[in-house]
Amino acid sequence: MISDIDLLLSGVAALLATALIGIGLGKRAMGRRLVYGIALILCSAMSAVALAHLLDPTATPSTAWLPLGLPWQGAHFRLDSLSAFFSFVTGLGGAAASLFALGYGRHESEPQRVLPFYPLFLAGMNLVVLADDAFSFLLSWEFMSLSSWALVMAHHQDRDNSHAGFVYLIMASLGTLALLLAFGLLASAGGDYTFDAMRASTHAPATAFLVLALVLLGAGSKAGVVPLHAWLPLAHPAAPSHVSALMSGVMTKVAVYGFIRIVFELLGEPQWWSGFLVLLAGGATAVLGVLYALMQHDLKRLLAYHTVENIGIIFIGLGLALAFDANGLPAAAALALTAALFHVFNHSVFKSLLFFGAGAVLTATGERDMERQGGLIHRMPKTAFAFLVGCIAISALPPLNGFVSEWLTFQAILQSPELPQWALKIMVPAVGGMLALSAALAAACFVKAYGITFLGRPRSEAARDAHETDGFSLAAMFVLAALCLAAGILPGFVIDALAPAMQALLGERMPLQAGVDWLSIVPVAAGRSSYNGWLVFAFIALSASLAVVIIHRFASHARRRAPAWDCGFPDPDPATQYTAASFAQPIRRVFGTWIFAAREQVEMPPPGSTAPARHVAIVRDLLWEWLYAPVAGAVGYASDRLNVLQFLTIRRYLSLVFLALVMLLMVLAIWP
Amino acid sequence: MPELLTQFAQMALVLLLAPLLTGFVRKLKARLLRRRGPSVFQPYRDLLRLLRKEVVLAENASWLFRAAPYLIFATTWVAAALVPTFATGLLYSWSADLIAVIALLGSTRFLLALAGMDIGTSFGGIGSSREVMIASLAEPAMLLIAFTLALVAGSTQLSTVADFMNSPEVGLRVSVGMALIALVMVAIAENARIPVDNPATHLELTMVHEAMVLEYSGRHLAMIELASYLKLLLYVSLIACLFAPWGLAPPGASLTAFAWGAVAWFGKLAVAGTLLALFETAIAKMRVFRVPEFLGAALMLGLLATLLMFVSKSL
Repeated sequence: MISDIDLLLSGVAALLATALIGIGLGKRAMGRRLVYGIALILCSAMSAVALAHLLDPTATPSTAWLPLGLPWQGAHFRLDSLSAFFSFVTGLGGAAASLFALGYGRHESEPQRVLPFYPLFLAGMNLVVLADDAFSFLLSWEFMSLSSWALVMAHHQDRDNSHAGFVYLIMASLGTLALLLAFGLLASAGGDYTFDAMRASTHAPATAFLVLALVLLGAGSKAGVVPLHAWLPLAHPAAPSHVSALMSGVMTKVAVYGFIRIVFELLGEPQWWSGFLVLLAGGATAVLGVLYALMQHDLKRLLAYHTVENIGIIFIGLGLALAFDANGLPAAAALALTAALFHVFNHSVFKSLLFFGAGAVLTATGERDMERQGGLIHRMPKTAFAFLVGCIAISALPPLNGFVSEWLTFQAILQSPELPQWALKIMVPAVGGMLALSAALAAACFVKAYGITFLGRPRSEAARDAHETDGFSLAAMFVLAALCLAAGILPGFVIDALAPAMQALLGERMPLQAGVDWLSIVPVAAGRSSYNGWLVFAFIALSASLAVVIIHRFASHARRRAPAWDCGFPDPDPATQYTAASFAQPIRRVFGTWIFAAREQVEMPPPGSTAPARHVAIVRDLLWEWLYAPVAGAVGYASDRLNVLQFLTIRRYLSLVFLALVMLLMVLAIWP
Repeated sequence: MPELLTQFAQMALVLLLAPLLTGFVRKLKARLLRRRGPSVFQPYRDLLRLLRKEVVLAENASWLFRAAPYLIFATTWVAAALVPTFATGLLYSWSADLIAVIALLGSTRFLLALAGMDIGTSFGGIGSSREVMIASLAEPAMLLIAFTLALVAGSTQLSTVADFMNSPEVGLRVSVGMALIALVMVAIAENARIPVDNPATHLELTMVHEAMVLEYSGRHLAMIELASYLKLLLYVSLIACLFAPWGLAPPGASLTAFAWGAVAWFGKLAVAGTLLALFETAIAKMRVFRVPEFLGAALMLGLLATLLMFVSKSL
């Protein structure tokens, strides 16, 4: 009998082997079909195995050991309910992206730069969630980072892309360094790097604080927690669209996995301030992420910034779970953690869907800039429909899935007056307000994204001549859209599926939802709150159809096409429409004046001049200017100063070596 | 079975009464301005007239533009059917709590804002963009109010909250008062009333809601108008059931209790309509960029109320 972990590891090995096909047949159409086809089959199989493990009530953690890595330790792998859930998310995202790429990959100008790295990237992500010792974890983590970096650099001739790759590489190395140090602290003096040993040991509060800070830095930078998100909106859109979907939809989730594994499990009993810190990071991330997204007019970059917002929502759930767990409220902690993991699943589904839609728009029009799109709902009706489902889902609107996870997070927030610490008592309502604000702004953001791209009149030739995308891409989008609906109207099944992970991490789970009447979800008790997705969906569908039937039968069904009314002055020029920038103007004025130092300047020509008047909106990225630019400047300055060391004579080098030796000996002599 | 009947009665009642409330407010406003004003039944006549007319669609209108009115109407109706009006024992009240009702209204706004952008006219865009700006402040304020009430009553279920607010345990609380003020402000903004928006304006540049629906005609317009009447009724009923739940018939009550519940509800609607008409007549519309200050105050009140509940359960 082969255990589940062996199946998953052989899947990873097969993915690694697929990379060889990518190298060998990278330039041929055959290679594309083979690589994406095999990846599709492998990812589907792996997600099926992981799902079966998650749903099997008798499943126990299965482990594996391979004689790789450090000679005295080898590589440990383990599949428990938490890694099974994340393995399922990775597999599902990988399968959808591969299906999409079967069609989308046809438009790739340099497939030999993508095909070898694509299966490696998938393998790396799958390995991270299975690793059971620090060495294999870090190795897989770095493998995932580097393979995705290679995919970001697929079109490195573009200056923006090479800049994105550079920033990504720096941030990824920084993140891995932080994780390395965190594992060093966790392994403590014993130096045993298996997760089992770390689970068994306990840590002083100071160590725990340092580890938490380092993990927030390491996993948080990969996930895109503000202010470490700077690389994300540069790198995610730079990759080919199916890889963007994987990076945004899946890789950020692998980072969330790393955070949960270390902070909830390896670190032992949480302290209340860890919940406080994570809540703070999550709230700031959610609001800033969506505000940044609102200011964008590049569709893929807007989606990438939106990933930052969703990571914020996930971290709010995680922070609440930590705060509850630290105060001995495991039931509330299970609710908050379920909400976070539910959102992990949801976000991986709808963000992949939206990036696929953006990819379809990109191939149809050759443009990422929303200001040159418009009216695509007529040229690409199917893509437009699937994209609309994704937009409604990500805006947390019922009856789709995004709403359910946010609703659960709200319910978790309502549990928190029982927390004893004052800092948390003040923090949690503030975070609740931020979550509500980001939900409302997300809806605004996706009205803008959808309205400018798909509605209205075409703003360019390319948008006017766009064509519907291919069958594979549409199939991938519609599968994910169906998942958005399914998870939205039957959330109880998802909650129950997540229960084993709660049980393992917190020793408590949410109440069983399968037995609730009418398939409602009841997070705490029936008197407190309940929600029934499919009934709401059915009611809306029923009453809408009823209205249509009655009106068309008994009132009027006549219809006439005529020019737009527009108060009697329709202008045929599509430039008279609202643009992405003008749509965001009210929100830029309300929120942007202090977050982005947004200003508007009107440059009037002098009287008599026929030059046009200009209206310039200036939006600054203050985080970049205040945090990243000074650091980059300091590093640049230091390396400039140290540059002289490269041009010394041999005598000086020898004396430097001698001085260093003397210094070291002195340190050794003084050291107690 | 009685729950099912109550549910259906409520669905029918809100649908039938919604235009009357709007007509009542309009009539009263006209009288306050010393005009005679149209009959209180004029909204019904308007709706019937619109339903019988043909639809004039812009040449580049998409399927979204045609589907949106029905979806907006249906979603608003579902939301209105779940807010207790004259009785709390609604059969499906557990299928969506207060947060879900707020989110359902968010869905209608999302669709309406998209429909406003579908034709690609500048007025549609201006309406949608201002509507989402207003919503970006009104919705969080509304959610914070929901938090406050949920913490007071220990539940987000509307019928449970209404029962609790009807019980002597409530007493006088600062947070509930703040939530009431904030909810009234949000309701004014959400229903596009003066001073945030003017439902009767004829100057396009000052419109928000009307600018979005400028391209609609015939039965589509009828659906959108009916949805906006329903929304006004919903907010009035919501305020009534949360802050003045007197007379609400409990589940399994006698027929007389239901009748009294209905009478009490009509009374509340009349009082709220009168207050709205007085308020709208007495105040001037504000500039669009003053609205964020108005709603920001609602948001802060909501936040403060929630914070007070975290500080002490009895505040």
